[in-house]
Amino acid sequence: MSELKKQLNDVFGADGITEAYGELTLTIDSGAIIETCTKLRDDFNFEILVDLSGIDYLTYGESDWDGNASSSGYGRGRAAQQSQRTQSHRFGVVYHMLSVSDNKRLRVKALLAGDNLIIESVTGIWNSADWYEREAFDLFGILFENHTDLRRILTDYGFVGHPLRKDFPMIGEVEMRYDEELGRVVYEPVSIEPNITVPRVIRK
Amino acid sequence: MSEMRNYTLNFGPQHPAAHGVLRLILEMDGEVVERADPHIGLLHRGTEKLAESKPYNQSIGYMDRLDYVSMMCNEHAYVMAIETMLGLEIPERAEYIRVMFDEITRILNHLMWLGTHALDVGAMSVFLYAFREREKLIDCYEAVSGSRMHATYYRPGGVYRDLPDKMPQYLESKLRSAKELEAMNANRQGSLLDFIADFAANFPDSIDQYSGLLTDNRIWKQRLVNIGIVTPERAMQLGFTGPMLRGSGIEWDIRKNEPYSVYDKMEFDIPIGVTGDSYDRYLVRMEEMRQSTRIIEQCITWLRANPGPVMSDDHKVAPPKRSDMKDDMESLIHHFKLFTEGYCLPEGEVYSAIENPKGEFGVYLVSDGANKPYRIKMRAPGFAHLAAMDEMARGHMLSDVVTIIGTQDIVFGEIDR
Repeated sequence: MSELKKQLNDVFGADGITEAYGELTLTIDSGAIIETCTKLRDDFNFEILVDLSGIDYLTYGESDWDGNASSSGYGRGRAAQQSQRTQSHRFGVVYHMLSVSDNKRLRVKALLAGDNLIIESVTGIWNSADWYEREAFDLFGILFENHTDLRRILTDYGFVGHPLRKDFPMIGEVEMRYDEELGRVVYEPVSIEPNITVPRVIRK
Repeated sequence: MSEMRNYTLNFGPQHPAAHGVLRLILEMDGEVVERADPHIGLLHRGTEKLAESKPYNQSIGYMDRLDYVSMMCNEHAYVMAIETMLGLEIPERAEYIRVMFDEITRILNHLMWLGTHALDVGAMSVFLYAFREREKLIDCYEAVSGSRMHATYYRPGGVYRDLPDKMPQYLESKLRSAKELEAMNANRQGSLLDFIADFAANFPDSIDQYSGLLTDNRIWKQRLVNIGIVTPERAMQLGFTGPMLRGSGIEWDIRKNEPYSVYDKMEFDIPIGVTGDSYDRYLVRMEEMRQSTRIIEQCITWLRANPGPVMSDDHKVAPPKRSDMKDDMESLIHHFKLFTEGYCLPEGEVYSAIENPKGEFGVYLVSDGANKPYRIKMRAPGFAHLAAMDEMARGHMLSDVVTIIGTQDIVFGEIDR
């Protein structure tokens, strides 16, 4: 582990490397993804891209009510606490890679600055990225440049929106039913109410 | 003579060999597949989104429903992620119970795979024999958790309860005579461990039976040998894990290479294939069942000798005893807080991977310090395998597509999530 950390330090600089729970994370800027991944595959023997996932940091650190509210009273009807944190990066793409020959793992986190949604595709480096990138596009709307076939994968044909974004409501936007008169399936705005059974709390 | 043209064939989503709801668009040149385009997502339930809205403990049940033929293995990855972040020590007995049930689950999964794979390829009887043994293992699930499939047995901090001292027995019925009933209950006289020990003693014979039906079977070999060959280089490029990777000759097993739980104390071997075709993957999985039986036997020996607690006594995470709640205020508060709010994980992220019967099942958990996950991503082995369908099926006949679906051991619960 520490050996890998040292090697990574030499190549990528110490700034982006963090270690937690025995796992190494390399945080990079989205522009450097191809260069970084090519180096990791060729020089560090990370042959397998185990996982690729998108992440949306929009509501990171926000809670439905203040966890230490007992001093100032307790109310269920409180409005959600909005964090004042400035979000320099909203979206990110997280890559988990594995080296079978050296038995080591690494997480690479590419942050997309500001409203940028475009990142270079790594399908040319690991072919397994193909479907993972389609999934990240489908669920988060992250666009992978030079991906040959960037279609939706998990959601329905003709689905609108990106469901795993934090501003996409839990209950969805539309509901579907069969209309007897029209003789076909129709889409309508959802009629159910959103319901939080257990509020989100952050306690230190 | 009219000119021959390529045509597209829609395979599934309602097709018995599609293993659930796979829709496969096949571009055919006569009988030969030119291109395969799997359409997935017909079973998409938004598990990741749902888990973001629930306290940690309430999502364990969702893990069962991901890969619904290897339930407890999925739970294991999830609770392990939580335990890593909390830095929670769990009792050793719970670790052994987990490993034993992981291996029972592996056999459950492989029996399901064997039965359906053989059925797809044309051998009906193996399915019936496989389900005979599967039934016994499902009874073990039921004995320990009360549920035959969706167990929710593993909890952060250990397992929900200790192994029962008494194996449930078949009841009297009009449909069976007293003699039949006695025969059915013959191996259910003792504890659950006795029942599993009896199973483990007899199971290698059952495997011989399956392999007697298949391994040298001419039709079976004609359908499997040299179908869907994947070279080791391609297997890694395509992100294969588990038996799919080992079938291509790469010795990689998380249980051996990055041992979690108490796998480092277990003795077992890792079978690998040579050519990387469907027949090799069949042999690998058959041998894995034998190795799982070995692990189960080692666990039984240890569990018999070492009674003890199976759940952590950190009541921030594990519920206190009901009897304690009757006269202890602290326990009552712990119980109330745990079931209304749950517990908060420290800020950070963790990726915990286990060797699921199908490959590497990973849980990537991001916490912002709340009582619910900020983001949870399940890495399903079948997702990467199915993505390789196009490459594996190209140039093969239509009937081989069914073999390839079978050899990939696809379950849609985990692929669609």
